[in-house]
Amino acid sequence: MDRTRLTTPRVLVIFVVAGVVLQGLQLYEPLVKLANQGATLPLPGFGYALAKGAMEGAEYGLLGVLKGPLKATSAGIAAAVSWGYVLAVFFSSKPPK
Amino acid sequence: MAEKKVGKQTVRFEKGTYVAGGAAVVGRKEGEGPLSASFDLLLKDDRYEEKTWEKAESKMLKEAMYLALKNADKKKQDVDLVLSGDLLNQIMSSSFMARDLQLPFLGLYGACSTMTESLLLGAMLTEGGFAKNVLIGASSHFCTAERQFRMPVEHGNQRPPSAQWTATAAGSMVLTEQRCPVRIDCGTIGKVIDAGIKDANRMGSAMAPAAVDTILNHFADTGRSFADYDLVLTGDLGYIGKAIAADLLVDAGMDPQLVKERYDDCGTMLYDRERQDVHGGGSGCGCSAAVFSAHILKRMEAGELSRVLLLSTGAMLSTISPLQGESIPGIAHGVVLEVC
Amino acid sequence: MEKKDIAKGYEAYTESFTPKPPYLKNCLWAFFVGGSLCMLAYFVQGLLMGGGMKEDDAQTLVTVGVIMIAQLLTALGPFDTFAKKAGAGLIVPISGFANSMVAPAMEYKKEGLVLGAGAKLFTVAGPVLVCGITASVIVGVIYWLTGM
Repeated sequence: MDRTRLTTPRVLVIFVVAGVVLQGLQLYEPLVKLANQGATLPLPGFGYALAKGAMEGAEYGLLGVLKGPLKATSAGIAAAVSWGYVLAVFFSSKPPK
Repeated sequence: MAEKKVGKQTVRFEKGTYVAGGAAVVGRKEGEGPLSASFDLLLKDDRYEEKTWEKAESKMLKEAMYLALKNADKKKQDVDLVLSGDLLNQIMSSSFMARDLQLPFLGLYGACSTMTESLLLGAMLTEGGFAKNVLIGASSHFCTAERQFRMPVEHGNQRPPSAQWTATAAGSMVLTEQRCPVRIDCGTIGKVIDAGIKDANRMGSAMAPAAVDTILNHFADTGRSFADYDLVLTGDLGYIGKAIAADLLVDAGMDPQLVKERYDDCGTMLYDRERQDVHGGGSGCGCSAAVFSAHILKRMEAGELSRVLLLSTGAMLSTISPLQGESIPGIAHGVVLEVC
Repeated sequence: MEKKDIAKGYEAYTESFTPKPPYLKNCLWAFFVGGSLCMLAYFVQGLLMGGGMKEDDAQTLVTVGVIMIAQLLTALGPFDTFAKKAGAGLIVPISGFANSMVAPAMEYKKEGLVLGAGAKLFTVAGPVLVCGITASVIVGVIYWLTGM
Protein backbone atom coordinates (compact mmCIF):
# COMPACT_ATOMS: atom_id res chain seq x y z
CA MET A 1 0.00 0.00 0.00
CA ASP A 2 3.00 2.24 0.54
CA ARG A 3 4.72 1.48 -2.74
CA THR A 4 1.85 1.41 -5.21
CA ARG A 5 -1.06 3.67 -6.02
CA LEU A 6 -3.51 0.88 -5.19
CA THR A 7 -6.16 1.85 -2.70
CA THR A 8 -7.10 -0.28 0.32
CA PRO A 9 -10.20 -1.92 -1.23
CA ARG A 10 -8.24 -2.90 -4.35
CA VAL A 11 -5.46 -4.43 -2.26
CA LEU A 12 -7.98 -6.41 -0.21
CA VAL A 13 -9.67 -7.69 -3.38
CA ILE A 14 -6.34 -8.83 -4.80
CA PHE A 15 -5.56 -10.69 -1.58
CA VAL A 16 -8.93 -12.44 -1.45
CA VAL A 17 -8.79 -13.51 -5.08
CA ALA A 18 -5.20 -14.67 -4.56
CA GLY A 19 -6.45 -16.85 -1.71
CA VAL A 20 -9.14 -18.31 -3.94
CA VAL A 21 -6.74 -19.02 -6.78
CA LEU A 22 -4.09 -20.55 -4.55
CA GLN A 23 -6.62 -22.85 -2.95
CA GLY A 24 -7.94 -23.71 -6.40
CA LEU A 25 -4.45 -24.87 -7.25
CA GLN A 26 -4.45 -26.70 -3.90
CA LEU A 27 -1.49 -24.66 -2.76
CA TYR A 28 -3.11 -22.90 0.17
CA GLU A 29 -4.12 -25.98 2.20
CA PRO A 30 -0.54 -26.92 3.14
CA LEU A 31 0.01 -23.34 4.30
CA VAL A 32 -3.01 -23.61 6.56
CA LYS A 33 -1.73 -26.87 8.03
CA LEU A 34 1.58 -25.17 8.73
CA ALA A 35 0.49 -21.77 10.00
CA ASN A 36 -3.09 -22.37 11.15
CA GLN A 37 -4.49 -18.97 12.12
CA GLY A 38 -1.51 -17.32 10.45
CA ALA A 39 -3.00 -18.45 7.16
CA THR A 40 -6.73 -18.36 7.87
CA LEU A 41 -7.03 -15.03 9.65
CA PRO A 42 -5.60 -12.80 6.89
CA LEU A 43 -7.80 -12.03 3.91
CA PRO A 44 -6.33 -14.70 1.60
CA GLY A 45 -7.64 -17.03 4.29
CA PHE A 46 -11.14 -15.77 3.54
CA GLY A 47 -10.55 -16.54 -0.14
CA TYR A 48 -9.28 -19.97 0.85
CA ALA A 49 -12.47 -20.66 2.80
CA LEU A 50 -14.61 -19.53 -0.14
CA ALA A 51 -12.69 -21.70 -2.59
CA LYS A 52 -12.63 -24.74 -0.28
CA GLY A 53 -16.40 -24.47 0.07
CA ALA A 54 -16.79 -24.33 -3.69
CA MET A 55 -14.46 -27.25 -4.28
CA GLU A 56 -16.13 -29.47 -1.70
CA GLY A 57 -19.49 -28.50 -3.15
CA ALA A 58 -18.30 -29.55 -6.61
CA GLU A 59 -18.73 -33.17 -5.55
CA TYR A 60 -22.47 -32.56 -5.47
CA GLY A 61 -22.68 -30.88 -8.84
CA LEU A 62 -23.43 -27.32 -9.83
CA LEU A 63 -25.83 -26.74 -6.97
CA GLY A 64 -23.08 -27.77 -4.58
CA VAL A 65 -20.68 -25.33 -6.18
CA LEU A 66 -23.13 -22.48 -5.75
CA LYS A 67 -24.00 -23.38 -2.18
CA GLY A 68 -20.44 -24.04 -1.11
CA PRO A 69 -18.59 -20.71 -0.77
CA LEU A 70 -21.18 -18.83 1.24
CA LYS A 71 -21.97 -21.86 3.37
CA ALA A 72 -18.33 -22.11 4.39
CA THR A 73 -18.00 -18.44 5.25
CA SER A 74 -21.54 -17.92 6.50
CA ALA A 75 -20.63 -17.46 10.15
CA GLY A 76 -18.04 -14.79 9.41
CA ILE A 77 -20.24 -12.85 7.02
CA ALA A 78 -23.32 -13.06 9.24
CA ALA A 79 -21.34 -11.86 12.24
CA ALA A 80 -19.68 -9.02 10.35
CA VAL A 81 -22.92 -7.75 8.86
CA SER A 82 -25.18 -8.05 11.90
CA TRP A 83 -22.73 -6.98 14.58
CA GLY A 84 -21.37 -4.26 12.31
CA TYR A 85 -24.81 -2.84 11.61
CA VAL A 86 -25.87 -2.91 15.25
CA LEU A 87 -22.70 -1.07 16.27
CA ALA A 88 -23.18 1.48 13.51
CA VAL A 89 -26.67 2.20 14.74
CA PHE A 90 -25.51 2.93 18.26
CA PHE A 91 -22.12 4.57 17.69
CA SER A 92 -21.04 7.60 15.66
CA SER A 93 -17.74 8.65 14.16
CA LYS A 94 -15.59 11.16 15.99
CA PRO A 95 -13.22 13.74 14.51
CA PRO A 96 -9.59 12.63 14.55
CA LYS A 97 -6.99 14.45 16.64
CA MET B 1 -14.00 48.25 -24.75
CA ALA B 2 -12.88 46.41 -21.61
CA GLU B 3 -10.85 49.30 -20.21
CA LYS B 4 -10.30 47.62 -16.84
CA LYS B 5 -8.64 44.59 -18.41
CA VAL B 6 -4.88 44.54 -18.11
CA GLY B 7 -2.84 42.15 -20.21
CA LYS B 8 -4.18 38.64 -20.72
CA GLN B 9 -5.75 37.63 -17.42
CA THR B 10 -5.72 40.61 -15.07
CA VAL B 11 -8.36 43.17 -14.11
CA ARG B 12 -7.65 46.47 -12.38
CA PHE B 13 -9.97 48.10 -9.84
CA GLU B 14 -9.71 51.87 -10.34
CA LYS B 15 -13.00 53.24 -9.04
CA GLY B 16 -12.26 52.04 -5.54
CA THR B 17 -13.20 48.74 -3.97
CA TYR B 18 -12.26 48.13 -0.35
CA VAL B 19 -12.23 45.43 2.29
CA ALA B 20 -14.24 46.74 5.21
CA GLY B 21 -13.49 43.81 7.49
CA GLY B 22 -13.01 40.08 7.79
CA ALA B 23 -13.39 37.20 10.23
CA ALA B 24 -12.55 33.52 10.59
CA VAL B 25 -14.06 30.62 12.55
CA VAL B 26 -11.83 27.59 13.00
CA GLY B 27 -12.01 24.08 14.45
CA ARG B 28 -10.13 22.51 17.31
CA LYS B 29 -6.93 21.52 15.56
CA GLU B 30 -6.66 24.89 13.84
CA GLY B 31 -7.33 26.68 17.11
CA GLU B 32 -4.32 24.87 18.58
CA GLY B 33 -2.06 26.06 15.77
CA PRO B 34 0.35 29.00 15.53
CA LEU B 35 -2.19 31.49 14.14
CA SER B 36 -4.88 30.88 16.75
CA ALA B 37 -4.63 34.39 18.20
CA SER B 38 -5.77 35.99 14.95
CA PHE B 39 -8.96 33.95 14.52
CA ASP B 40 -12.26 35.33 15.73
CA LEU B 41 -13.84 32.12 17.01
CA LEU B 42 -12.08 28.90 18.02
CA LEU B 43 -14.33 25.86 18.28
CA LYS B 44 -13.61 23.30 20.99
CA ASP B 45 -15.67 20.69 19.17
CA ASP B 46 -15.75 20.33 15.39
CA ARG B 47 -19.37 19.20 15.68
CA TYR B 48 -20.38 22.76 16.74
CA GLU B 49 -23.43 21.35 18.55
CA GLU B 50 -24.98 20.19 15.28
CA LYS B 51 -26.26 16.74 14.28
CA THR B 52 -24.12 16.37 11.16
CA TRP B 53 -20.67 17.53 10.02
CA GLU B 54 -22.27 19.32 7.08
CA LYS B 55 -24.55 21.34 9.36
CA ALA B 56 -21.52 22.24 11.48
CA GLU B 57 -19.57 23.49 8.48
CA SER B 58 -22.53 25.56 7.29
CA LYS B 59 -22.88 27.07 10.75
CA MET B 60 -19.18 27.95 10.80
CA LEU B 61 -19.53 29.78 7.49
CA LYS B 62 -22.61 31.64 8.68
CA GLU B 63 -20.91 32.64 11.94
CA ALA B 64 -17.79 33.82 10.08
CA MET B 65 -20.01 36.03 7.94
CA TYR B 66 -21.78 37.53 10.93
CA LEU B 67 -18.45 38.21 12.62
CA ALA B 68 -17.05 39.75 9.44
CA LEU B 69 -20.02 42.11 9.33
CA LYS B 70 -19.42 43.04 12.95
CA ASN B 71 -15.73 43.69 12.31
CA ALA B 72 -16.65 45.75 9.24
CA ASP B 73 -19.11 47.76 11.30
CA LYS B 74 -21.94 46.93 8.91
CA LYS B 75 -25.37 45.41 9.33
CA LYS B 76 -26.92 42.52 7.43
CA GLN B 77 -29.36 44.94 5.80
CA ASP B 78 -26.43 46.79 4.24
CA VAL B 79 -25.38 43.71 2.25
CA ASP B 80 -26.47 43.62 -1.39
CA LEU B 81 -25.08 40.23 -2.31
CA VAL B 82 -23.49 37.11 -0.83
CA LEU B 83 -20.88 35.11 -2.75
CA SER B 84 -19.51 31.92 -1.28
CA GLY B 85 -18.53 28.32 -1.91
CA ASP B 86 -17.14 25.15 -0.35
CA LEU B 87 -15.92 21.67 -1.24
CA LEU B 88 -19.15 19.78 -0.77
CA ASN B 89 -21.33 18.33 -3.51
CA GLN B 90 -23.79 20.95 -4.71
CA ILE B 91 -21.97 23.42 -2.36
CA MET B 92 -24.15 22.21 0.46
CA SER B 93 -22.48 24.28 3.16
CA SER B 94 -22.98 27.59 1.34
CA SER B 95 -26.47 26.82 0.09
CA PHE B 96 -27.81 26.12 3.54
CA MET B 97 -25.97 29.11 5.00
CA ALA B 98 -27.67 31.25 2.36
CA ARG B 99 -31.00 29.76 3.28
CA ASP B 100 -30.49 31.04 6.82
CA LEU B 101 -29.07 34.40 5.79
CA GLN B 102 -31.93 35.28 3.43
CA LEU B 103 -29.87 37.61 1.21
CA PRO B 104 -29.34 37.56 -2.57
CA PHE B 105 -26.88 34.74 -3.11
CA LEU B 106 -24.58 33.50 -5.86
CA GLY B 107 -22.94 30.16 -5.11
CA LEU B 108 -19.45 29.46 -6.40
CA TYR B 109 -17.38 26.36 -6.90
CA GLY B 110 -13.63 26.68 -7.24
CA ALA B 111 -12.60 23.93 -4.87
CA CYS B 112 -9.92 25.37 -2.61
CA SER B 113 -9.54 28.43 -4.86
CA THR B 114 -12.99 29.68 -3.90
CA MET B 115 -11.81 32.39 -1.49
CA THR B 116 -9.93 34.47 -4.05
CA GLU B 117 -12.51 33.57 -6.68
CA SER B 118 -15.19 35.16 -4.48
CA LEU B 119 -12.89 38.11 -3.70
CA LEU B 120 -12.34 38.70 -7.42
CA LEU B 121 -15.98 38.43 -8.40
CA GLY B 122 -17.15 40.44 -5.38
CA ALA B 123 -14.70 43.20 -6.25
CA MET B 124 -15.75 43.18 -9.90
CA LEU B 125 -19.42 43.52 -8.97
CA THR B 126 -18.70 46.38 -6.56
CA GLU B 127 -16.39 48.10 -9.03
CA GLY B 128 -18.98 47.74 -11.78
CA GLY B 129 -21.57 49.51 -9.68
CA PHE B 130 -23.71 46.43 -9.24
CA ALA B 131 -23.45 46.32 -5.47
CA LYS B 132 -22.49 48.66 -2.64
CA ASN B 133 -21.53 45.97 -0.13
CA VAL B 134 -20.72 42.35 -0.91
CA LEU B 135 -20.29 39.58 1.65
CA ILE B 136 -17.91 36.83 0.53
CA GLY B 137 -16.69 33.65 2.11
CA ALA B 138 -15.57 30.04 1.87
CA SER B 139 -15.54 27.05 4.19
CA SER B 140 -14.18 23.54 4.55
CA HIS B 141 -14.35 20.83 7.22
CA PHE B 142 -12.08 17.84 7.69
CA CYS B 143 -14.91 15.36 8.30
CA THR B 144 -17.15 16.49 5.46
CA ALA B 145 -14.26 16.40 3.02
CA GLU B 146 -13.06 12.97 4.15
CA ARG B 147 -16.46 11.34 3.93
CA GLN B 148 -17.09 12.80 0.48
CA PHE B 149 -13.70 12.44 -1.15
CA ARG B 150 -11.81 9.82 0.78
CA MET B 151 -12.47 7.24 3.47
CA PRO B 152 -14.95 7.29 6.35
CA VAL B 153 -13.36 8.92 9.35
CA GLU B 154 -13.10 5.75 11.48
CA HIS B 155 -11.58 3.67 8.67
CA GLY B 156 -8.19 2.31 9.59
CA ASN B 157 -6.18 3.52 6.62
CA GLN B 158 -2.67 4.92 6.75
CA ARG B 159 -2.13 8.34 5.15
CA PRO B 160 1.16 8.87 3.35
CA PRO B 161 3.41 11.76 4.44
CA SER B 162 2.38 13.82 1.39
CA ALA B 163 -1.33 13.70 2.19
CA GLN B 164 -2.73 17.05 3.29
CA TRP B 165 -5.15 17.82 6.10
CA THR B 166 -8.40 19.48 5.08
CA ALA B 167 -8.79 22.44 7.43
CA THR B 168 -11.92 22.80 9.50
CA ALA B 169 -12.30 26.52 8.98
CA ALA B 170 -14.43 29.25 7.48
CA GLY B 171 -13.41 32.76 6.45
CA SER B 172 -15.40 35.75 5.31
CA MET B 173 -14.80 39.36 4.20
CA VAL B 174 -17.01 42.35 3.58
CA LEU B 175 -16.24 44.25 0.36
CA THR B 176 -17.50 47.79 -0.04
CA GLU B 177 -17.33 50.87 -2.25
CA GLN B 178 -16.82 53.08 0.80
CA ARG B 179 -13.29 54.10 1.55
CA CYS B 180 -11.44 51.82 4.01
CA PRO B 181 -7.78 51.31 4.96
CA VAL B 182 -7.42 48.20 2.79
CA ARG B 183 -8.28 48.33 -0.90
CA ILE B 184 -8.39 45.78 -3.66
CA ASP B 185 -5.93 46.82 -6.32
CA CYS B 186 -6.24 44.21 -9.06
CA GLY B 187 -6.83 40.54 -9.65
CA THR B 188 -5.66 37.83 -12.01
CA ILE B 189 -8.05 35.12 -13.12
CA GLY B 190 -6.34 31.76 -13.34
CA LYS B 191 -6.47 29.06 -15.99
CA VAL B 192 -6.92 25.39 -15.23
CA ILE B 193 -3.47 23.79 -15.40
CA ASP B 194 -3.06 20.02 -15.38
CA ALA B 195 0.44 18.69 -14.80
CA GLY B 196 -0.63 15.07 -14.87
CA ILE B 197 -0.51 14.12 -11.19
CA LYS B 198 -3.10 11.39 -10.54
CA ASP B 199 -2.54 10.75 -6.85
CA ALA B 200 -4.96 12.60 -4.58
CA ASN B 201 -2.44 12.15 -1.79
CA ARG B 202 -0.09 14.52 -3.64
CA MET B 203 -2.36 17.52 -3.98
CA GLY B 204 0.41 20.06 -3.44
CA SER B 205 2.37 18.68 -6.38
CA ALA B 206 -0.77 18.73 -8.50
CA MET B 207 -1.66 22.37 -7.79
CA ALA B 208 1.77 24.03 -7.75
CA PRO B 209 1.97 24.54 -11.54
CA ALA B 210 -1.38 26.37 -11.57
CA ALA B 211 -0.22 28.73 -8.82
CA VAL B 212 3.05 29.44 -10.59
CA ASP B 213 1.23 30.00 -13.89
CA THR B 214 -1.06 32.60 -12.34
CA ILE B 215 1.79 34.34 -10.49
CA LEU B 216 3.90 34.60 -13.63
CA ASN B 217 0.98 35.81 -15.73
CA HIS B 218 0.12 38.36 -13.05
CA PHE B 219 3.64 39.74 -13.12
CA ALA B 220 3.64 39.78 -16.92
CA ASP B 221 0.27 41.57 -17.10
CA THR B 222 1.07 44.18 -14.45
CA GLY B 223 4.75 44.61 -15.10
CA ARG B 224 5.45 43.88 -11.44
CA SER B 225 7.67 41.39 -9.65
CA PHE B 226 8.28 39.97 -6.19
CA ALA B 227 9.95 43.27 -5.25
CA ASP B 228 6.57 45.03 -5.46
CA TYR B 229 4.95 42.84 -2.84
CA ASP B 230 5.54 42.35 0.88
CA LEU B 231 4.06 38.89 0.62
CA VAL B 232 2.94 36.49 -2.10
CA LEU B 233 0.76 33.91 -0.42
CA THR B 234 -0.68 30.74 -1.91
CA GLY B 235 -3.66 29.01 -0.35
CA ASP B 236 -2.94 25.37 0.26
CA LEU B 237 0.01 23.96 -1.59
CA GLY B 238 1.35 22.54 1.67
CA TYR B 239 4.99 21.91 2.51
CA ILE B 240 5.70 19.91 -0.63
CA GLY B 241 3.73 22.12 -3.01
CA LYS B 242 5.30 25.25 -1.57
CA ALA B 243 8.80 23.87 -2.13
CA ILE B 244 7.92 22.91 -5.69
CA ALA B 245 6.33 26.29 -6.42
CA ALA B 246 9.35 28.14 -5.02
CA ASP B 247 11.64 26.01 -7.17
CA LEU B 248 9.51 26.58 -10.29
CA LEU B 249 9.42 30.34 -9.65
CA VAL B 250 13.19 30.58 -9.33
CA ASP B 251 13.48 28.44 -12.46
CA ALA B 252 11.30 30.97 -14.26
CA GLY B 253 13.70 33.73 -13.43
CA MET B 254 12.44 35.11 -10.13
CA ASP B 255 14.99 36.36 -7.61
CA PRO B 256 15.67 33.41 -5.27
CA GLN B 257 16.30 35.64 -2.29
CA LEU B 258 13.00 37.47 -2.73
CA VAL B 259 11.15 34.20 -3.29
CA LYS B 260 12.62 32.88 -0.06
CA GLU B 261 11.69 36.00 1.93
CA ARG B 262 8.35 36.92 0.46
CA TYR B 263 6.66 33.72 -0.69
CA ASP B 264 4.63 31.65 1.73
CA ASP B 265 1.68 29.26 1.80
CA CYS B 266 -1.31 29.17 4.16
CA GLY B 267 -1.18 25.38 4.31
CA THR B 268 2.23 25.61 5.95
CA MET B 269 1.21 28.43 8.28
CA LEU B 270 -1.98 27.03 9.74
CA TYR B 271 -0.48 24.17 11.71
CA ASP B 272 2.61 23.56 13.79
CA ARG B 273 4.48 20.87 11.87
CA GLU B 274 6.31 19.53 14.92
CA ARG B 275 3.43 19.41 17.37
CA GLN B 276 0.50 18.64 15.13
CA ASP B 277 0.24 15.59 12.93
CA VAL B 278 -0.75 17.04 9.56
CA HIS B 279 1.61 15.26 7.17
CA GLY B 280 1.69 17.43 4.03
CA GLY B 281 0.13 20.54 5.58
CA GLY B 282 -3.28 22.18 5.51
CA SER B 283 -5.70 22.31 2.61
CA GLY B 284 -9.33 23.16 1.88
CA CYS B 285 -11.24 26.34 1.05
CA GLY B 286 -11.25 27.28 4.69
CA CYS B 287 -7.47 27.19 4.93
CA SER B 288 -6.85 30.24 2.75
CA ALA B 289 -10.20 31.80 3.67
CA ALA B 290 -9.40 31.84 7.38
CA VAL B 291 -5.78 32.95 7.01
CA PHE B 292 -6.60 35.74 4.52
CA SER B 293 -9.72 36.99 6.33
CA ALA B 294 -8.22 37.11 9.79
CA HIS B 295 -4.45 36.87 10.01
CA ILE B 296 -3.44 38.73 6.83
CA LEU B 297 -6.14 41.37 7.09
CA LYS B 298 -5.18 42.11 10.70
CA ARG B 299 -1.52 42.44 9.75
CA MET B 300 -2.40 44.86 6.97
CA GLU B 301 -4.65 46.92 9.22
CA ALA B 302 -1.79 47.06 11.73
CA GLY B 303 0.54 48.35 9.04
CA GLU B 304 2.84 45.30 9.00
CA LEU B 305 2.06 44.51 5.37
CA SER B 306 1.31 47.15 2.75
CA ARG B 307 0.79 45.19 -0.45
CA VAL B 308 0.11 41.47 -0.78
CA LEU B 309 -0.74 39.07 -3.59
CA LEU B 310 -3.12 36.39 -2.37
CA LEU B 311 -3.73 33.22 -4.37
CA SER B 312 -6.17 30.55 -3.30
CA THR B 313 -5.27 27.29 -5.05
CA GLY B 314 -7.82 24.65 -6.00
CA ALA B 315 -7.71 21.05 -7.20
CA MET B 316 -10.47 20.55 -9.73
CA LEU B 317 -11.03 16.83 -9.31
CA SER B 318 -14.44 15.29 -8.67
CA THR B 319 -15.38 12.26 -6.56
CA ILE B 320 -15.32 10.07 -9.66
CA SER B 321 -12.63 11.58 -11.89
CA PRO B 322 -9.71 9.71 -10.25
CA LEU B 323 -11.66 6.44 -10.55
CA GLN B 324 -12.00 7.12 -14.26
CA GLY B 325 -8.25 7.48 -14.53
CA GLU B 326 -8.15 11.26 -14.81
CA SER B 327 -5.31 13.34 -13.42
CA ILE B 328 -5.86 16.25 -11.05
CA PRO B 329 -6.06 19.71 -12.67
CA GLY B 330 -5.38 22.80 -10.59
CA ILE B 331 -6.35 26.46 -10.68
CA ALA B 332 -5.27 29.56 -8.80
CA HIS B 333 -6.82 33.02 -8.74
CA GLY B 334 -4.79 35.98 -7.55
CA VAL B 335 -5.99 39.14 -5.80
CA VAL B 336 -3.86 42.09 -4.73
CA LEU B 337 -4.73 43.83 -1.46
CA GLU B 338 -3.11 47.15 -0.70
CA VAL B 339 -3.08 49.55 2.22
CA CYS B 340 -4.09 52.97 0.98
CA MET C 1 6.68 17.20 -26.22
CA GLU C 2 3.73 14.86 -25.82
CA LYS C 3 1.41 15.60 -22.92
CA LYS C 4 2.09 12.21 -21.36
CA ASP C 5 5.83 12.82 -21.39
CA ILE C 6 5.42 16.19 -19.70
CA ALA C 7 3.25 14.56 -17.07
CA LYS C 8 5.76 11.77 -16.44
CA GLY C 9 8.58 14.28 -16.32
CA TYR C 10 6.74 16.49 -13.83
CA GLU C 11 5.79 13.54 -11.66
CA ALA C 12 9.41 12.40 -11.52
CA TYR C 13 10.42 15.97 -10.64
CA THR C 14 7.95 16.17 -7.75
CA GLU C 15 9.23 12.86 -6.36
CA SER C 16 12.35 14.66 -5.18
CA PHE C 17 10.18 16.93 -3.01
CA THR C 18 7.87 14.22 -1.71
CA PRO C 19 8.93 12.44 1.50
CA LYS C 20 8.68 8.68 1.32
CA PRO C 21 6.66 6.73 3.85
CA PRO C 22 8.92 4.87 6.31
CA TYR C 23 8.76 1.55 4.41
CA LEU C 24 10.86 -0.48 6.77
CA LYS C 25 9.19 0.82 9.90
CA ASN C 26 5.75 0.23 8.39
CA CYS C 27 6.67 -3.29 7.29
CA LEU C 28 8.08 -4.18 10.69
CA TRP C 29 5.00 -2.86 12.49
CA ALA C 30 2.68 -4.67 10.09
CA PHE C 31 4.63 -7.90 10.51
CA PHE C 32 4.72 -7.61 14.29
CA VAL C 33 1.06 -6.71 14.75
CA GLY C 34 -0.27 -9.07 12.10
CA GLY C 35 1.79 -11.94 13.40
CA SER C 36 0.84 -11.31 17.02
CA LEU C 37 -2.81 -11.12 16.11
CA CYS C 38 -2.69 -14.49 14.38
CA MET C 39 -0.73 -16.05 17.24
CA LEU C 40 -3.27 -14.78 19.75
CA ALA C 41 -6.07 -16.19 17.59
CA TYR C 42 -4.31 -19.56 17.48
CA PHE C 43 -3.89 -19.55 21.24
CA VAL C 44 -7.58 -18.85 21.82
CA GLN C 45 -8.49 -21.54 19.30
CA GLY C 46 -6.36 -23.99 21.24
CA LEU C 47 -8.19 -23.08 24.45
CA LEU C 48 -11.56 -23.67 22.80
CA MET C 49 -10.47 -27.03 21.45
CA GLY C 50 -9.10 -27.95 24.84
CA GLY C 51 -12.60 -27.27 26.14
CA GLY C 52 -13.94 -29.93 23.79
CA MET C 53 -14.82 -28.00 20.62
CA LYS C 54 -14.19 -29.42 17.16
CA GLU C 55 -11.29 -27.82 15.22
CA ASP C 56 -13.54 -26.47 12.46
CA ASP C 57 -15.94 -24.84 14.88
CA ALA C 58 -13.16 -23.43 17.03
CA GLN C 59 -11.47 -21.90 14.00
CA THR C 60 -14.72 -20.30 12.85
CA LEU C 61 -15.52 -18.99 16.32
CA VAL C 62 -12.12 -17.38 16.64
CA THR C 63 -12.52 -15.70 13.24
CA VAL C 64 -15.94 -14.42 14.26
CA GLY C 65 -14.44 -13.19 17.52
CA VAL C 66 -11.73 -11.21 15.74
CA ILE C 67 -14.33 -9.68 13.43
CA MET C 68 -16.56 -8.65 16.30
CA ILE C 69 -13.74 -7.21 18.40
CA ALA C 70 -12.34 -5.25 15.44
CA GLN C 71 -15.77 -3.80 14.78
CA LEU C 72 -16.29 -2.91 18.43
CA LEU C 73 -12.94 -1.13 18.51
CA THR C 74 -13.91 0.75 15.35
CA ALA C 75 -17.17 1.83 16.94
CA LEU C 76 -15.52 2.90 20.18
CA GLY C 77 -12.83 4.82 18.35
CA PRO C 78 -9.34 3.38 18.85
CA PHE C 79 -9.19 1.10 15.79
CA ASP C 80 -8.12 3.80 13.36
CA THR C 81 -5.50 5.06 15.80
CA PHE C 82 -4.00 1.55 16.05
CA ALA C 83 -4.24 1.02 12.31
CA LYS C 84 -2.36 4.25 11.67
CA LYS C 85 0.65 2.66 13.35
CA ALA C 86 0.14 -0.97 12.38
CA GLY C 87 -1.02 -0.43 8.80
CA ALA C 88 -1.25 -3.68 6.91
CA GLY C 89 -0.88 -5.62 10.15
CA LEU C 90 -4.47 -4.76 10.99
CA ILE C 91 -5.87 -4.25 7.49
CA VAL C 92 -4.88 -7.52 5.84
CA PRO C 93 -6.28 -9.84 8.51
CA ILE C 94 -10.05 -10.14 8.61
CA SER C 95 -10.02 -7.25 11.11
CA GLY C 96 -9.48 -4.87 8.17
CA PHE C 97 -12.50 -6.27 6.39
CA ALA C 98 -14.52 -5.92 9.57
CA ASN C 99 -13.43 -2.32 10.15
CA SER C 100 -14.18 -1.44 6.54
CA MET C 101 -17.80 -2.47 7.09
CA VAL C 102 -18.46 -0.60 10.31
CA ALA C 103 -16.60 2.62 9.46
CA PRO C 104 -18.74 3.69 6.49
CA ALA C 105 -21.93 2.43 8.14
CA MET C 106 -21.30 4.64 11.19
CA GLU C 107 -20.33 7.57 9.02
CA TYR C 108 -23.34 7.51 6.74
CA LYS C 109 -25.87 6.89 9.51
CA LYS C 110 -26.82 10.55 9.09
CA GLU C 111 -28.35 9.60 5.80
CA GLY C 112 -30.70 7.19 7.49
CA LEU C 113 -30.56 3.66 8.87
CA VAL C 114 -31.66 2.01 5.64
CA LEU C 115 -30.10 3.90 2.75
CA GLY C 116 -27.33 5.39 4.82
CA ALA C 117 -25.92 2.88 7.28
CA GLY C 118 -27.52 -0.13 5.65
CA ALA C 119 -26.25 0.49 2.15
CA LYS C 120 -22.84 1.83 3.11
CA LEU C 121 -21.85 -1.29 5.07
CA PHE C 122 -20.65 -2.65 1.74
CA THR C 123 -18.80 0.29 0.19
CA VAL C 124 -15.41 -1.27 0.83
CA ALA C 125 -16.43 -4.82 1.73
CA GLY C 126 -18.68 -5.19 -1.32
CA PRO C 127 -15.90 -5.56 -3.90
CA VAL C 128 -14.14 -8.06 -1.61
CA LEU C 129 -17.24 -10.23 -1.37
CA VAL C 130 -18.18 -9.85 -5.03
CA CYS C 131 -14.75 -10.75 -6.36
CA GLY C 132 -14.15 -13.45 -3.77
CA ILE C 133 -17.45 -15.19 -4.38
CA THR C 134 -17.14 -14.91 -8.16
CA ALA C 135 -13.63 -16.30 -8.13
CA SER C 136 -14.56 -19.19 -5.85
CA VAL C 137 -17.62 -20.11 -7.91
CA ILE C 138 -15.44 -20.18 -11.02
CA VAL C 139 -12.98 -22.45 -9.21
CA GLY C 140 -15.86 -24.66 -8.07
CA VAL C 141 -17.30 -24.91 -11.57
CA ILE C 142 -13.91 -25.88 -12.95
CA TYR C 143 -13.60 -28.61 -10.34
CA TRP C 144 -17.11 -29.83 -11.03
CA LEU C 145 -16.60 -29.94 -14.80
CA THR C 146 -13.28 -31.70 -14.57
CA GLY C 147 -14.84 -34.12 -12.10
CA MET C 148 -11.94 -33.96 -9.70
